[in-house]
Amino acid sequence: MDNTNHFSLTELAAGDHATVMAFTFGRGVVTRLASLGFTPGALVSMIQNYGRGPLIVSVRGAQVALGRGEAAKIMVERRLE
Amino acid sequence: MSDCHSTSVASQPVIVRDKMPLVALAGQPNVGKSTLFNLLTGLNQHVGNWPGKTVERREGRFVIEGREVGIVDLPGTYSLTANSPEEVIAREFILREQPDVVIAIVDAANLERSLYLVAELIALSIPLAVILNMMDVASQEGLRIEPDVLEAALGVPVISMTATRARGIQDLYRVIQETMDGHRALTPRLPEIRADHRVVLDEISHHIAGYVPTPYPENWIALKLLEGDTEITRTMQTALPAEKWEAVYALLRQHDDALLAIASGRYEWIGRMVRAAVAHPRVGQISITNRLDRWAAHPFWGLVILAGILGLVFWLTFTIGSPVQGWLSAQVVGGLSGLMSQALAGAPFWLRSLFVDGVLGGLGAVLTFLPIMVIFFAVFGLLEDTGYMARAAFVMDNVMHLMGLHGKSFLPLFLGFGCNVPSIMGTRVIDSKPARFLTILVAPLVPCTARMAVVAFLAPAFFGSKALFVSWGLVLLSMIALVVSGALLNRFVFRGQRSSFIMEMPLYHIPNRRTIGLLVWQRSISFLKKAGTNILAMALVIWALSVLPNGNLNDSYLVQFGKWVEPVGRWMGMDWRLTVALITSFPAKENAIATLGVLFGSSPNVGLTQTLTSTFSTATALSFLVVTMLFIPCMATVAVIRQETDSWAWTLLNIALLLVISIAAGAGVYHLALAVGL
Repeated sequence: MDNTNHFSLTELAAGDHATVMAFTFGRGVVTRLASLGFTPGALVSMIQNYGRGPLIVSVRGAQVALGRGEAAKIMVERRLE
Repeated sequence: MSDCHSTSVASQPVIVRDKMPLVALAGQPNVGKSTLFNLLTGLNQHVGNWPGKTVERREGRFVIEGREVGIVDLPGTYSLTANSPEEVIAREFILREQPDVVIAIVDAANLERSLYLVAELIALSIPLAVILNMMDVASQEGLRIEPDVLEAALGVPVISMTATRARGIQDLYRVIQETMDGHRALTPRLPEIRADHRVVLDEISHHIAGYVPTPYPENWIALKLLEGDTEITRTMQTALPAEKWEAVYALLRQHDDALLAIASGRYEWIGRMVRAAVAHPRVGQISITNRLDRWAAHPFWGLVILAGILGLVFWLTFTIGSPVQGWLSAQVVGGLSGLMSQALAGAPFWLRSLFVDGVLGGLGAVLTFLPIMVIFFAVFGLLEDTGYMARAAFVMDNVMHLMGLHGKSFLPLFLGFGCNVPSIMGTRVIDSKPARFLTILVAPLVPCTARMAVVAFLAPAFFGSKALFVSWGLVLLSMIALVVSGALLNRFVFRGQRSSFIMEMPLYHIPNRRTIGLLVWQRSISFLKKAGTNILAMALVIWALSVLPNGNLNDSYLVQFGKWVEPVGRWMGMDWRLTVALITSFPAKENAIATLGVLFGSSPNVGLTQTLTSTFSTATALSFLVVTMLFIPCMATVAVIRQETDSWAWTLLNIALLLVISIAAGAGVYHLALAVGL
């Protein structure tokens, strides 16, 4: 599989759009993320990411704050548009 | 404190239903559930706890065409999978109590996400109705939603509402009534499950058939097993014979990715609903929320704004709250104790003292704090209702990381500046238990208004024009003590455990007066109840110790005890009088001043400050202020810590922790002050 376009969510800059690909979490966190709209295939856009500290992501019309550690475990594919 | 019967939600009916029809309100957080609940019930509501859980339970009554209907506000949850006690409470209530109508509230401006809970509810085959709330916001955002189309697509009644303006309430009444009377044929369309998982689901259903405990539907249990729900997995492990469980477990192991497939299936279903019902999708404009968040959630400016808000709260408290408090204390409590002294003039001394000093003294001190509490409850209610609180949590995430906590733990600590009692109760928002307990342990280090009142009295006396800087220094010192002890506790007691920071950032909106008013009302009532019971009892104990054995304070057990522990006080430069003052700050922090007044035989208004400044050195005063800031939590706080941790061991650990911190800090500051020549 070609992974060149795969990033962790933390690498997106504000205004970037991406598609969720996979998680590297235990089950409990995945359930919580899924109920907030993070599932493979979901479109996300980065609202705020200052390179450190938590970030704000828009997913399925809602805005969700994620700790940096949590965001690092969400793999996404960048969408160019 | 909780009842001695079973404390599990699963094994105990929660509500007594004497033929009154029952409505349950379900919905995700931030969709306007409380606003609707308040709209329906008004003051006709009761706030308590779910049995055995520290989750708030609100229930009430309302009347539709002469018929009384009971209503229960289920905890706000994003899904029905067991992530926290909230989800378990919500689904257990629906399955066990079988309400006559379950109303699911969704945010019309954010249909995609808020329909997720509906996707779970609709699979439970319950009498369901959906409220499209916040229709005003949706139309402002350029969304045109057709409730009729959504109703046809979902197969359950859909009502469009703007709960903040009571718009659509008549339609809601009608739908509730028709559903209760069975005049609504429900033909719900369920989300599909991918074909390959369909097969697994059938296999699981086959294995568990006949072993599923009531009242759970078999297909629902199979689905929750496949989703990896911990609670249901545990239930079925005990319910199934060993070989059946082995078979099921093997299947679950093979398909541990099913959870995401099921969640995706629900979102596909939602996608179809939304495409059908929303005529004009949202235009890609930067909403007000994003513009505000560039400042409010900025790593630097966000902290500046937060500090500004906190400063404003303090300013409000001291300019409005303190004068009202002073007036209450002098006129109302003072007047009452005068009247009572007269009325009891003929009674024995001890009886007069019991009522005047014990009951009125104890209750009065707490009651005079009500204005300050009301200001705090109102400001925090306002911040919560506008959506700002989530931003405060967000910008504090970095600082909280120093203690192994994350942003959400900041919210209860923030409340602590008003009073530590709501702060401890507020830790319920924290999902993980270790994080919650750590937050409870450090929460009493947040200086509450009562402590600030003592500072406000003593600091000007000793430090004159520098009093303000000393006050800020004391607050800063408390914050440092909080972060340092939190970091140490995290490292050595909680072994660096971390929970994940995942939090919705709700859209900003105009606050609703009714919602905030009811919040202030309920919190004030619960504070007064506490004052009337626990605090009064404790105040009486302290009073008894101060008059026994012969009615003279200077010979009393309290003073004897103060003299006995004076050697410890000496480390901090304090004599027995200051030590006794500290001990009597346990029922209520501001008692310290009153006690000094009694011990020096002068009224707090005249002369006490002069007596104090001539008796004690600046170093001693500074040390006394530091210890007051960090001393053991007041008894109301202790009572709440006990209630929320459900453990005396944790409560005692908490007291011991603060005792050590305050004595160490007091002794350190005293010797430092001596060293620099104060």
